[in-house]
Amino acid sequence: MRRFWTVLAALATLSLTNCGYNAIQTNDEQVKSAWSEVLNQYQRRADLVPNLVNSVKGFAQQEKDVLLGVTNARAKVGSIQATPELINDPGAFAKFQQAQGELTSALNKLLVVTENYPQLKSDALFRDLMAQLEGTENRITVARNRYIKAVQDYNVGIRTFPNILTAMAFGYKEKANFTVDNEKEISTAPKLDFTPAPAPAK
Amino acid sequence: MNAARASFLALLVCWAFAAFADVAVPPLTGRVVDQTGTLSSGDIASLTQTLKDLETRKGSQVAVLIVPTTGPETIEQFSIRVADAWKVGRKKIDDGALLVIAKNDRHLRIEVGYGLEGALTDVTTKRIIDEDITPKFKSGDFAGGISAGVDRMIRVIDGEKLPAPEPEHWRSPGLLNYIDPFNPFVIIAVLVVGGILRTTLGRLFGSVATGGFVGFLAWLFIGSIAASIIVGIVAFIFTMFGDMVPAGGGRGRGGSWSGGGGSWSGSSGSSDSGGFSGGGGSFGGGGASGSW
Repeated sequence: MRRFWTVLAALATLSLTNCGYNAIQTNDEQVKSAWSEVLNQYQRRADLVPNLVNSVKGFAQQEKDVLLGVTNARAKVGSIQATPELINDPGAFAKFQQAQGELTSALNKLLVVTENYPQLKSDALFRDLMAQLEGTENRITVARNRYIKAVQDYNVGIRTFPNILTAMAFGYKEKANFTVDNEKEISTAPKLDFTPAPAPAK
Repeated sequence: MNAARASFLALLVCWAFAAFADVAVPPLTGRVVDQTGTLSSGDIASLTQTLKDLETRKGSQVAVLIVPTTGPETIEQFSIRVADAWKVGRKKIDDGALLVIAKNDRHLRIEVGYGLEGALTDVTTKRIIDEDITPKFKSGDFAGGISAGVDRMIRVIDGEKLPAPEPEHWRSPGLLNYIDPFNPFVIIAVLVVGGILRTTLGRLFGSVATGGFVGFLAWLFIGSIAASIIVGIVAFIFTMFGDMVPAGGGRGRGGSWSGGGGSWSGSSGSSDSGGFSGGGGSFGGGGASGSW
């Protein structure tokens, strides 16, 4: 009987290693850390927004709508509990992604508007904030790319044989990944409008 | 005719893909990699010396790359690929930085490793680009712009508290990375050796011998007494009670040691131009970009 148990224990160890239990654990941790980095960078952006809005306000008070849009989008992002468990819930993940996407487009609108204020653009504080925002957006891109790769490794890992048996036995599910927010927009050709625009005030 | 046309079209498509392919990451041949022939050899030598001094003084690695173009990618996408491949900066400290210049695109970027993000912040790097580098680039003085930018980067890094550079000494090549204690082949090897020793020395002595031998090997590789004692005990138990498993060979499926676990994509063995290679630092997209 004792022999039976030792052999069983040895076999279980062997089969778990061979069926990718350890690999699944490694990939799972990698996905988690990549996701933390994504959250970290999004948080960094959210922290920047109030300063940015304040600095723009000083020069461009009439752009109330745009500023309000950014503030609202920022508030919406803040209202979503960004927990590490988000990646296991596709619905919450989509909501999180949508909120972040709205903040991105609101910020882009703000940047377009600021082009009209040369004084603002030469302001030292505003330029520092812009450098930080650019850096943060770039970090978000890098973090998202790494998350996408980590999830890909994880998902491939649990869907290939024999790891799939281990994954099913222990209940590991596929993780949600980023998609392009504006899939419809980029799959339709852009409209070209050649009607002369009103001359911009210089 | 149709088939010919179709294959011609297919070829065209392939060419199109080739044309849009990303620019390959240049090999890390030295601290200053100039693919455009912009810098004179004297400039490169003095820059290399400055950067080498920085590494011996502070331990951080800074490299300069000049390419003609980054292809269809933005400079940010290209430079993070270069940073991931070159891995400048010390491992775990991540104190590397890159100055990437795409000459024909008129773009440049300072890419900062995680460990230097506190000193070379986005704002600082943006200022270095705007105040030191691009004014000189605008007047065509590339060597002057690069050395001014690198000098200011070094001044910033010098002000940062970093772990002291380690003196050159023999480091364990990380054998443990290759020998995973729970690798099935290691377990089977223990079983096989244990089986042989047990039949020749008897159950108890054979098991003790196996445990001691394996423990000694583990101590050689790991260097920690506690861990090796545990490994030895595990081997002892395996040998003592594991004789249900056949002690014969014939189990080994060949070729599982594919190695290649290292992540040294830099030209680690090269001895040319001072044998520079990245120390394993990682980057997260910090830094700033600019154009002139």
